[in-house]
Amino acid sequence: MADLWIQFLLTLDATLRVAIPLILCAMAGLFSERSGIIDISLEGKMLMAAFAAGTLAALTGSAIAGLVGAILVSVMFSLIHGFACITHKGNQVISGLAINILASGLTVTLGIAIFAKGGQTPMLSREARFSSIELPFAEAAGAIPFIGPIYKEIISGHNILVWCALIAVWLTGFVIFKTAFGLRLRAVGEKPEAVDTAGISVSGLRYRAVIIAGILCGIAGAYLSIAHGAGFVREMTAGKGYIALAALIFGNWRPVPALAACLMFGFLDAVAARLQGVEVPVIGQIPTDLILVLPYVLTVVLLAGFIGKATPPRAIGRPYVKER
Amino acid sequence: MNKDALPRWIDIGLLPLINLLAALIVSGIIIAIIGENPFVAMGVMLKGAFVYKGALGYTLFYTTNFIFTGLAVAVAFHAMLFNIGGEGQAMIGGLGVGLVCIALDSLLPPFLVVVLAIAAAALFGAVWGVIPGWLQARRGSHIVITTIMFNFIAASVMVWLLAGMLMAPGQMSPETRSFAEGVGLPQIHDVLNAMGFSVAKSPLNFSFVVALLASFGVWVLIWRTRLGYVIRATGHSERAAIYAGHNPAYIIMIAMAISGGLAGLMSLNEILGVQERVILNFTSGYGFTGIAVALMGRNHPVGILFASLLFGALYQGGAELDFEFQTITREMVLMIQGLIILFSGALAYLFAPLVARIYFRLKVPSGGGDG
Repeated sequence: MADLWIQFLLTLDATLRVAIPLILCAMAGLFSERSGIIDISLEGKMLMAAFAAGTLAALTGSAIAGLVGAILVSVMFSLIHGFACITHKGNQVISGLAINILASGLTVTLGIAIFAKGGQTPMLSREARFSSIELPFAEAAGAIPFIGPIYKEIISGHNILVWCALIAVWLTGFVIFKTAFGLRLRAVGEKPEAVDTAGISVSGLRYRAVIIAGILCGIAGAYLSIAHGAGFVREMTAGKGYIALAALIFGNWRPVPALAACLMFGFLDAVAARLQGVEVPVIGQIPTDLILVLPYVLTVVLLAGFIGKATPPRAIGRPYVKER
Repeated sequence: MNKDALPRWIDIGLLPLINLLAALIVSGIIIAIIGENPFVAMGVMLKGAFVYKGALGYTLFYTTNFIFTGLAVAVAFHAMLFNIGGEGQAMIGGLGVGLVCIALDSLLPPFLVVVLAIAAAALFGAVWGVIPGWLQARRGSHIVITTIMFNFIAASVMVWLLAGMLMAPGQMSPETRSFAEGVGLPQIHDVLNAMGFSVAKSPLNFSFVVALLASFGVWVLIWRTRLGYVIRATGHSERAAIYAGHNPAYIIMIAMAISGGLAGLMSLNEILGVQERVILNFTSGYGFTGIAVALMGRNHPVGILFASLLFGALYQGGAELDFEFQTITREMVLMIQGLIILFSGALAYLFAPLVARIYFRLKVPSGGGDG
């Protein structure tokens, strides 16, 4: 029984670990999409950031340098997206797609040019990564039956970026719903004309939103390559940006429900990893591929209005053209 | 300064070329940054795509993929639908080919099996396209998001089937058994050699002919039939279409079915033309490239043929880069492709004001005439 409990806690711990990049990207997408800019480039920005972090951490030996570089690169790609979508009123889906494809090609091309390791960055030493932080008394607390392991396995032993992601959720909620900036941001995604009439720059607000999205994707990428992993591997985002987008839709463009969706999708991932190749009586081998596909299926079902209803920001995807 | 005031040859000829050039210049800069000579790389790509023995066949082989996926995107786009699910539709189309061939290749003559397999490719792709179409038309879910999700769902279905019940017995890799002898499409080099021409071996096959037929078919459909007119009308203005007595929901589903069917046909080239069994990931991103192709070709079959040839040359030339350079791999092509989508799609009119200024300056040469 105690063993099963530990197993369960370990799965929850894994859930949190795989959910972190989803959470950060979902919050990034939340800022962008709440301002009216569709962001399917979460995937590409995260991939570029993961590469930048892995590269800089390997070259400088400093995790902080990796994180800063990741954020800068990701923001740069956000600005390209912003330039195309806001300044040039281009198609937001096409722009996002271009960034994703560009990132896939660019990371491998640059990776081979710099390290000549087939697109990977070298394995990082402990100092070049964000290592896990053991909270005080974790070992001692672990001895307490039942509740002790919760503290030891789930709460303790995470790196700083995990805490960053959780704070980001709270901060996103606060900024979006409790500040003047957040009010304007939401307004610009619902009715940009109103914001413009009030004398506030629609473009300015949207640019700020995509920059914030860039910062958050940057942290997500750094988490993948220099905190959770020990170096960049090609295509290491593996569709997580799209799952985050799905989670954002699932959470109806709200921070806490989006967090819940990320954790749910993370949990499916963690369970699938745990059940890989496990024989279960009666059913036999569990088809883990089918568990991994659930986030996508559930999102489609949700979007179709069979469970609840997804209501996107009203002005999403529409470039703002001033009336003349 | 109005872009509508520019003549047609600038809008559909010059601007796409300038956008392509911009993408190539940025790619060249990146190639220079990683320490290679962009002009040498360009030369290698051109030679690899057209000059070497059999190169043209390979280039046209890739071109075939892009014609199908480009047409797929274009047909949906005429109804103002953004189908980015070509990748998934092609995978499921390939599944259709595989199921027909495996089920029937011991029962029916090869020719009949191939005909049925071609139909299955289109049908399976169409079904995978029509579901997001239905969800958009009847349930109001956004087609972009659903087609993205359907790509992932298709990929999972393929892994599940190919590593499961369809996996060839005694095989370790996730693929089906090979189809029976003779179940495949004729190779172009075989046909031409039989006719007395001497042509180098290449994977170019009968799918290329199907692709050309499909291009013509799409042209007829969109510009010469009532249905095509209604598709375009719905794309331009849904309300006007309703007023004219059409049912947009129905048109959306039809357009997505045709789009998905075209994407599904892409699988012929890889599955029936080369592999003669179903393998994992045979679509290798061609569905996404179709978006770039449709953008560059301005959703017109003729434009799509040219754009497909360009991308076919990029892919085949990119393979040549792999051989010639230590530091450059095929992923370079992906990078160039991303830049082309960026410049000719999202930033399509980036250079329009500049071109317009130059054009009107040249047209009205007298001083102060353009104030």
